Amino acid sequence: MAKLLMKGNEAIAEAAIRAGCRYFFGYPITPQNQIPEYMSKRMPQVGGTFLQAESEVSAINMVYGAAGAGARVMTSSSGPGISLKQEGISYLVGAQLPCVIVNIMRGGPGLGSIQPSQGDYYQATRGGGHGDYRIPVFAPSSVGEAVTLTQKAFDMADKYRSPVIVLGDGMIGQMMEPVDLPDSIEINNVDKPWAAVGWDGTRPRAIINSLYIDPSVLERHNIMLQEKFAQIESAEMDYGAELVDDADLVVVAYGTVARIARSAIRMARAEGIKAGMIRPITLWPFPSDPIAKAAETAKAFLTVEMSAGQMIDDVRLAVAGRKPVLFYGRTGGMVPAVRDVLHQIRIAAGAADPRNPLEEAI
Amino acid sequence: MAVVFQKPKSLTDDILTYCPGCTHGIIHRLVAEAIDDLGVQAKTIGVAPVGCAVFAYNFFAVDMMQAAHGRAPAVATGIKRVHPDNVVFTYQGDGDLASIGMAEIMHAAGRGEKITTIFVNNAIYGMTGGQMAPTTLIGQVTTTSPYGRKEELCGKPIRMSELIAQMDGSAYVARASVHDPKHVLDAKKAIRKAFETQLSGAGFSMVELLSTCPTNWGMTPSESLKWVASDMIPYYPLGVYKDSAKGAA
Ligand SMILES: Cc1ncc(C[n+]2csc(CCOP(=O)(O)OP(=O)(O)O)c2C)c(N)n1
Ligand code: SF4
Ligand SMILES: [Mg+2]
Repeated sequence: MAKLLMKGNEAIAEAAIRAGCRYFFGYPITPQNQIPEYMSKRMPQVGGTFLQAESEVSAINMVYGAAGAGARVMTSSSGPGISLKQEGISYLVGAQLPCVIVNIMRGGPGLGSIQPSQGDYYQATRGGGHGDYRIPVFAPSSVGEAVTLTQKAFDMADKYRSPVIVLGDGMIGQMMEPVDLPDSIEINNVDKPWAAVGWDGTRPRAIINSLYIDPSVLERHNIMLQEKFAQIESAEMDYGAELVDDADLVVVAYGTVARIARSAIRMARAEGIKAGMIRPITLWPFPSDPIAKAAETAKAFLTVEMSAGQMIDDVRLAVAGRKPVLFYGRTGGMVPAVRDVLHQIRIAAGAADPRNPLEEAI
Repeated sequence: MAVVFQKPKSLTDDILTYCPGCTHGIIHRLVAEAIDDLGVQAKTIGVAPVGCAVFAYNFFAVDMMQAAHGRAPAVATGIKRVHPDNVVFTYQGDGDLASIGMAEIMHAAGRGEKITTIFVNNAIYGMTGGQMAPTTLIGQVTTTSPYGRKEELCGKPIRMSELIAQMDGSAYVARASVHDPKHVLDAKKAIRKAFETQLSGAGFSMVELLSTCPTNWGMTPSESLKWVASDMIPYYPLGVYKDSAKGAA
């Protein structure tokens, strides 16, 4: 195993190839362009296919075709392009097709900016397209973690016959870090007897479909999907916890924001503020249990996001009103500074003091 | 006993769900016959559209995928890139292909994607209850052109075969009709040729079939067949628009 210095986007692309992904369909958009560019160079070297689609709409439907044909396949994009993919993602869920979708988030709404953001949290964790569904979402906070989570995403996609999202903020895509890239990883190639490969009459005909015109049949399909989602929720939740056990104040942050928060927590500890952090690694399933548990001992929570406050809803649901949940966020591509997060920790720690009513603290 | 008539092997026993007098059914049969004749049933993968033919996945006895509205050529591209030795076809209506899916069909043709598209032009949105299609004729009354299609408002109907034939990546493009037995035989030849083109690896192939929608045209089945001949064919001339084996027609 060699340590390589790689940009996040390139590391994600190489990780996918080493996880057995041989088909990539995408459309250029900043700040994820290094993924398709890297794929266009590497895929021919490994006997795979890179195809630049005419739009994100086409790209996700090419993914649908390739996934339905039994292949390990990936696409990547950013906000505006991910919005265009949503119809296709809903179809992928309905037809139960595995694939990996990378979203390197940028500022929005609209064309927004090309700077980092976490503004697509709702879109990613609430399904994003039409219909009643959820998709597993991984949120790497380092280039190294982007590699392992991308590879995990392919296995999870196959295991549950579902699209899986790797949700990075713009910084993850652009920053360079040393990474361990395993020369070959164990690829859990599962059997796909449902795939459309040509029907020789020895098995039931493959029909890749999301249409169930009879409401009772569609309800059964939905119940089956919900059971699958429940199974994912109980088995796949992942998070990191730092200094939480004795913490009065628990910061909740994901992705690169968690790194900024980590520095701020250490500085707060040096000042005598008992701060800790819970870092969701899967945004769905959300680590509600560890947060609920922390709510028994911590006095307050502070959610830090590069958005106007989206994940805070999930934190509040987990805390269930037992403790104050405060928020600090930057938007539009602005990145929170360590000293600003530290300042918020000080305020929140004040809120954690029962002598200070929450209103004053805010 | 001699067999004089048989259902093609590439059609299932499911009962077609099309309205009486609708020619979607004839076109299904011709596609299945072509697959049978070429002996490619076991390696064919079809893509059903959103439109009246959405249930095509129940009718063709081959592996099938159902695509989002207009996206069948992109889905077929994904399939064909994974299984280049399989025969991949899309079956699409005029709303599906010429309106919402215009980008996908043009780029599949542009790339010379080695797939075959069966394009059913009935000048209307059948499934959603008879709204105007990009192929609706000038003056034709639909539920969203109640005063007849007006050129000032909507422009002229789009002729897809002519357009696709212009693309360098297309290798075989023909327009046929199924309104009488003679034309059914011509259509059968064209569909077979389109699949042969795919098998030869020459590029993208498409057959546009003028088709009836008695239900939404507000006509009897026999009036509908006559209307294809009297009103559709003059605007949508039949013939082979491109045959790379022969050079452009
Ligand atoms: C994104 C999206 N928009 C609209 C629809 C509704 N819709 C279903 S079928 C159809 C038109 C089908 O017409 P056509 O392709 O001509 O097929 P036909 O039914 O005439 O054979 C439309 C607009 C849809 N299913 N999805
Ligand atoms: S609505 Fe029109 S196109 Fe659809 S099945 Fe009936 S006749 Fe055929
Ligand atoms: Mg139509």
